[in-house]
Amino acid sequence: MIQNSPALVPLLLLATAIAIPVLAIKKTGVAYLVAVAAAIGSVAISAYNMFRVWKGGPLTYHFGGWMPPIGIEYVLDSLSAFVALVVNVVAFIVLCHAGGLKGSDISGKSVPYYSLVLLFLCGANGIVMTGDLFNLYVFLEIFSLAGYGLIGIGEKQAPVASFRYLIMGTVGASFYLLGIGFLYIVTGSLNMADVRDILPHIHGNPAVAAALSLIVIGVGIKMAIFPLQGWLPDAYTYAPSTSSALVAPIGTKIAAYVLIRIMFFVFGVKFVSQSLPITDLIAWLSAIGIIYGSVMAIAQNEMKRMLAYSSIAQIGYIGLGIGLANPLGYIGAVLHILNHAFMKGALFLVAANIRKNSGHSDISKLDASYRKKLPWSMAAFTLAALSMIGLPPTAGFFSKWYLALGAIDKGNWVFLAVILISSLLNAVYFFRILEKVYLVPPPAQKAGEDLPAETKNREGSLIGEEKYSLMIPAVVLSFSLLLLGLLNANIVKGIIQRIIPLGM
Amino acid sequence: MTDFILGHYAYWAIIFLLILGLYGMIFKNNLVKKLIGMTILQVAIIMFYVASAVKWSATVPVLDPLAGAADAAKYISPLQHCLMLTAIVVGVATSGVAFSLAIAIYRRYKTLNESILLERMKSS
Repeated sequence: MIQNSPALVPLLLLATAIAIPVLAIKKTGVAYLVAVAAAIGSVAISAYNMFRVWKGGPLTYHFGGWMPPIGIEYVLDSLSAFVALVVNVVAFIVLCHAGGLKGSDISGKSVPYYSLVLLFLCGANGIVMTGDLFNLYVFLEIFSLAGYGLIGIGEKQAPVASFRYLIMGTVGASFYLLGIGFLYIVTGSLNMADVRDILPHIHGNPAVAAALSLIVIGVGIKMAIFPLQGWLPDAYTYAPSTSSALVAPIGTKIAAYVLIRIMFFVFGVKFVSQSLPITDLIAWLSAIGIIYGSVMAIAQNEMKRMLAYSSIAQIGYIGLGIGLANPLGYIGAVLHILNHAFMKGALFLVAANIRKNSGHSDISKLDASYRKKLPWSMAAFTLAALSMIGLPPTAGFFSKWYLALGAIDKGNWVFLAVILISSLLNAVYFFRILEKVYLVPPPAQKAGEDLPAETKNREGSLIGEEKYSLMIPAVVLSFSLLLLGLLNANIVKGIIQRIIPLGM
Repeated sequence: MTDFILGHYAYWAIIFLLILGLYGMIFKNNLVKKLIGMTILQVAIIMFYVASAVKWSATVPVLDPLAGAADAAKYISPLQHCLMLTAIVVGVATSGVAFSLAIAIYRRYKTLNESILLERMKSS
């Protein structure tokens, strides 16, 4: 049992995802409890895996006892164990928050919904842990198909957004599949470690270059790298609150992980940065994406849509770190996967609380009454926003710090300027909200109708006590940003620096 | 040159199918036609894998008493076919999700035409 711990997380999530519709036949409330139990289990197992990797080095698990390169292998090194732990922790906190929403925006579909959530997580964990290229494709599709469902269940426009995401996502997955087809034809293997060992002998082969380009385009669509981001804003905006809070922190990060894993650990740093300078391309596109996402975020009037555009910018940071292809950039990218998962999770949870509380999340309608109604949520929002802008000692500062150091190390001042300018732009679109929430008086007070408005609010169930079940997850996520910021040196030294790709 | 064109005729057909599928997905206005394009794209990739497993004067990868087990060159590679069985299943699942989304779109907007759909989304 203990030796099998790498395989347990996806298996647990898959089994519970299938079991939910059966267990919840009589009482639909059971679905949520099973989902939370499975999330707790996966956090516990992945924390244990992280501990084992930290103690004793990489773990492998061979499915069915078939040795690689023939069999399918799970590999947990400090990168994959780390990303898996981040994914499971964020998902667990978001699921806790979903209990407080009581499925208000998934209208009686809670049984299939939680089943899909677990499938989504199963796919995410499988992608992170697998050491097999084709197995990765299968998990990528499990992950994406569950994601389309999670998004399509939302508002009236949600199926259209989800359909578009599906069309784009399927093109991405197909390109990835075509790419590994090329790789398989020239190497005769699908095991990542095996392919890595074979590739240096055939670097001149044009099929390898074709495979790399196809895989990068395919994964780039899933990751929403700059010109391929068209599906993202609608999908995040119209999805139900829980789905946005799950898909935004996890979805694109997983694709970023795949890009890191395949580019640096399968093709090798030398090949992707010198023989075929694809990292430069990714870095420049990401730099454009950072500016584009930030500027578009300023132009939005709806909080979830603004956060979606800011996601495009933040993905740009990760892409930039990957594209720099030096150790500092790599550390920045991996650290930003962690930080952005927590920041975006917290921000989307607060957006969900505002929606639950007032039925909308229009930025223009925000005013100081929201600070009174949702004091803790707004505190969480402020902290997460400061982290997004990159103020020390919040976690967001440190990943940007490493990215900036990486840009200096590379001697590319444009990238450094992009990081600084985008921090200013982040400040613009977050302070717009903070200003409204903390400074603009509510319209009722302006008109001098203080008392009626107050009584009306007291009668309405909306004002007054902030629900603990909705507030605590958001607060936990955003206050852990302080903790992550303070512990960043330990995370970088203890986990990320242990597995810097060879040749960086 | 002629050898290059004729010798790879299967791959030319696959490239044609790939482009046809992508064309359908990008330029067709009807959502179901987009899905047809998607299926063509997926089938093209399945054909690509299967075409890469082709071997002349070899037999199916089932133990044949005449060929014996000693010489692997007498059998075609079974792996691509197995992989494509999985890919077909994934493709079916994708089509299933896509059609259910198309049904949900039709129920809400009473159209599957993308340009009409966008107008109705704006007006509502």
